[in-house]
Amino acid sequence: MSLAAARSESRIIFFLRHITSISCFFNETMKWTLVKPFQGKPIRFRAAITQMDEVGVKSIPIMGLVSFVIGIIMVLQTAYQLEKFGAVNYAASLAAVALTREMAPLLTAIVLAGRVSAAFTAELGTMLVTEEIMALEVMAISPIAYLVVPRFIAMVVMLPCLTVLADVIGIIGGYFVGTLAIGIRSALYIHNTVDALLMKDIMSGLVKSVVFAVIIAMVGCYMAFVVKGGAEGVGKATMISVVTSLISIILADCLFTAIFYLFF
Amino acid sequence: MTEALLEVKNLIKSFEGRVVLDGINLTVERGSVFAIMGGSGCGKTTLLRHLIGVVRPDSGQIMVGGQDITLFDENLMDGYRRRFGMMFQMGALLNSLSVHDNIALPLREHTELDEKIIGVMVKMKLELVGLRDFEHLKPAQLSGGMQKRVALARALALDPEIVFYDEPTSGLDPVVTGVISQLILDVSKRMGITSVVVTHDIGSAFKIADKMVVLFRGKVVAEGTPKDIQQSSDPLVQQFIHGSPDGPIPLRQSSKDYLEDLLDM
Repeated sequence: MSLAAARSESRIIFFLRHITSISCFFNETMKWTLVKPFQGKPIRFRAAITQMDEVGVKSIPIMGLVSFVIGIIMVLQTAYQLEKFGAVNYAASLAAVALTREMAPLLTAIVLAGRVSAAFTAELGTMLVTEEIMALEVMAISPIAYLVVPRFIAMVVMLPCLTVLADVIGIIGGYFVGTLAIGIRSALYIHNTVDALLMKDIMSGLVKSVVFAVIIAMVGCYMAFVVKGGAEGVGKATMISVVTSLISIILADCLFTAIFYLFF
Repeated sequence: MTEALLEVKNLIKSFEGRVVLDGINLTVERGSVFAIMGGSGCGKTTLLRHLIGVVRPDSGQIMVGGQDITLFDENLMDGYRRRFGMMFQMGALLNSLSVHDNIALPLREHTELDEKIIGVMVKMKLELVGLRDFEHLKPAQLSGGMQKRVALARALALDPEIVFYDEPTSGLDPVVTGVISQLILDVSKRMGITSVVVTHDIGSAFKIADKMVVLFRGKVVAEGTPKDIQQSSDPLVQQFIHGSPDGPIPLRQSSKDYLEDLLDM
């Protein structure tokens, strides 16, 4: 067997090993989130709320800015095309649907992937290096229950909330540029937006955001537990964690968009 | 007082083909201070990790109070872990929690005690290590020696039967080293706690240990009271306790011939 073949095989094995262990990790997290609370091992809600503040509330400013600007861009770009057909008024409907179905969930997830995956991996990875995680284990405290579950819950609760916020702010951004720069009448803009939006659009965006939240929390935490070496290892794991979250989010987005398109 | 609390029988462990522990046998008596000594890379940290149940051996037994912990599942292991405390080399305190919360953590997790009683117990443990005034600080605001003392207080929080110490005196000045050694002795003698100390600090080990073993390349090369060890005729042990650069412990650790290695380039 050539060296290249040997190397590529070990890469595949490496990949498969990570896939199996990340699914074990997810399994364990779900066990501590859904099963153990009924066996007398309660979820740490206080820690979860602290994390919600950390990943959710503190992400609002950056989320607000990004979604406002994206709203503006969406309306400008669609108006540019629609002008050719004399249908510039429909920029409002197009932007609203595109935002709620796609742009708001995806961009919120991407911003949080950078912000939160990195923070989770760096924090927990450093705890692994300084033996804090082993100390928890030795005190018979499951690191999954103590560290991962609150972060997981915080993400799954906060990402859909942030997505709704991004929907609203994005539409407001679009409204400003649509009425002030393009010259759509305010009442018409609002009417078109409300008319175009279906519950289905918003829901499909929210379902996706829950999937993205699971990806960000799981990848961010998992990468921390496989850190090898000291500071260098933490840095590397943080980088891999952000890249992996981003790619997984976009792949999952593609998959779910296809499912929604075909079945709903 | 001669009942064996912890017994290691023929423990073998290898990582990626390299044998790290090669048939370790030792017995720790209840209430005694037992020191595991050896140079860097001799396998003493790996041995400790077996004793606290975070690494499983390839073969061999670790008997604690008559039960083999290498056969424990996660639930039994958690039960065992509540019976011992551990002081980590760098303290391993949770940096996000205050000193108070760090010590209260095992109490909050494993007991149903009232917050008030937990507060009292935390103060008692801190008084024991002489740091009662530092309750509200974060671990990062403490010096290395203080962090280790807080770590000891946390290890004692659940009134364990055994306390494991990983390099309790490494990186500390002579006075703090003395203080920590005295604390280990106090804890052991006054509270009747069995102590297992992994260290390469010969001075403090001779001072506190009732019995000790010296490890070299994954094997026990000497065993006995500090006096036995000091009088040992084994050149390995003599080199280790006197810290001399010449002797059977090699300075060079490469297995390849030097000349061959150079000519290969």
